Amino acid sequence: MMTKLGRRLFEFILFIFLLSLISFCGIKLAPGDAVRQLLRVDDVAVTNEQLEIQRELMGLDKPVMIQYVDWLSRFIRLDFGNSYMTHQPVTQEILTRMPATFLLTCTSIFVLMGVALPLGMYSALHPQQWIDRVSRVLAIMGASVPSFWLGLLLIEGFSVRWPLFPSMGTGTFWHLVLPSLTLGLTMAAVYVRLIRSSLLQSLTQDFVLGARSRGVSRARIFFFHVCRHSLTPIITMFGISVGSLLGGSVVVETIFAYPGLGKFVIEAIHNRDYPVIQGYIVFMGAIIMLIHMLTDVMVGYINPEIRLREGRP
Amino acid sequence: MNKARFLVVFFFGMLMVLVVLPEFMHQDPLMVNLKQKLQPPSVDHLLGTDGLGRDLMSRLVYGGRNTVGTSLVILILSLGVGIPVGIFAGYAGGVIDRIFMRVSDSFLAFPDYITAIVLTGLLGPGVINLMIAIVAVKWIAYARLVRASLMAEKDKDYIHSARLSGVPSVHLVVKHLMPAALSQLIVVATLDIGKIILMIAALSYIGLGLQPPTPEWGAMLNEGRAYFHNAPLAMVIPGVAIMVFVLLSNLMGDELQDGLQRGQKGEQNHDHS
Repeated sequence: MMTKLGRRLFEFILFIFLLSLISFCGIKLAPGDAVRQLLRVDDVAVTNEQLEIQRELMGLDKPVMIQYVDWLSRFIRLDFGNSYMTHQPVTQEILTRMPATFLLTCTSIFVLMGVALPLGMYSALHPQQWIDRVSRVLAIMGASVPSFWLGLLLIEGFSVRWPLFPSMGTGTFWHLVLPSLTLGLTMAAVYVRLIRSSLLQSLTQDFVLGARSRGVSRARIFFFHVCRHSLTPIITMFGISVGSLLGGSVVVETIFAYPGLGKFVIEAIHNRDYPVIQGYIVFMGAIIMLIHMLTDVMVGYINPEIRLREGRP
Repeated sequence: MNKARFLVVFFFGMLMVLVVLPEFMHQDPLMVNLKQKLQPPSVDHLLGTDGLGRDLMSRLVYGGRNTVGTSLVILILSLGVGIPVGIFAGYAGGVIDRIFMRVSDSFLAFPDYITAIVLTGLLGPGVINLMIAIVAVKWIAYARLVRASLMAEKDKDYIHSARLSGVPSVHLVVKHLMPAALSQLIVVATLDIGKIILMIAALSYIGLGLQPPTPEWGAMLNEGRAYFHNAPLAMVIPGVAIMVFVLLSNLMGDELQDGLQRGQKGEQNHDHS
């Protein structure tokens, strides 16, 4: 277990290092002059002299290798410089917006599970009945709807025509309803089918027959044995989709004018605010990598087969 | 199998509509006519007009050409990059293969949307950059699929005997190893048409993809948003169009996958008997 953790940690550091290299190269390869970009934001005419001074200030007159070493040393201290737009440190800007996006992700997961778990379970227990058929149709429709379109329709339906929820901004719990529905519902489509097929597969395992022959009740078998057995693929998938949720939140935050990280990075992209984009890449990479590691540990804990197999030399 | 065939025919039929229909349309999708804005459907404008008085029907059809056409180009480019790299990594093995796996692992760790958005962000908005960004996301899956299939296949007896009898490597790959990967590739590519359409539409919606006034379904949704109340069709129709194409791609992919599994099962049963 310890050696495995150590290896994961090493991989994590390697990954972050690679990430720093990629984000550095990305900025270097991007078209446009960063210095001009920084000065242009204020919308004043720029003299050549100013350009030179700013270039020296940012260390952009040095060779690329030195620039990378500089960037790496600041990177280790989590210092990505100041945003061109707000002139505040990027790390601080990202950290202040992180909680909002995190909150939205959590409520979306709540919606996702609230829809997918009951539907998936019921469909697995009663396959080919009408709920199963309806959920199949819904799943395939849900996978085909563009999430931003669903968001717009929800705004029109529940905010304009029938003013139940606010359509933009943040502040109260009600502000979260429509964005989380948008994100959660489109993602739930995949999960309903996944939960169903995973449960159906577990139901045919020998241990179910064994437990039944020992007289364990059906409900107990389903909730304690079958569900636990089915958790492995679901948790693995879950680890992957937290990343997709974070990715989807970029679009959804833009639609609902929700002041999170996703909307911030879109603004940064439109304004060519490179330090923010760099910071975003590194933060996202780190978070996603952490979630993957966490998923691995959880799957190992839940499924003794995997734990035992990897424990052996 | 009939259902799959029907879906494929239907899909190509829809494609043909997008290709042929503009030739018979007399309205220019870019022509602004503010006097005619937000018109309801009429004989002149079958779906009415948008906020700038442009004919919605022709924008829808030309937009379809752009959205679906771009997605097909992206798909072909991704296959064009992914397949050779996959063959190379799988066939070469050793260090090259390990480097490939490491690099693709780190790429796959990032969600598609975040990579595509950040890449278009760095390169700047526009069609070409959008295509580069999505290809950069999509090629990996194909490369890995081809590599995995090659790895599984290349130690089988028939390959060894072919090699012993002096079949050149290129011939071996083209005639024996690729066909094994082909069916799985077709399934994934079919499902990806829809995913790529969704991605193009989403990126264009937030202003990173095709630029206005070019008609594109995602961008049209963004334009129609302001007029939802007065001209709901401008918001509803492009969304439905996206959904229909993605739905078709999903249904086709599912059906082909099922067919493939049935085929494999049939083969196994055959082996056992």
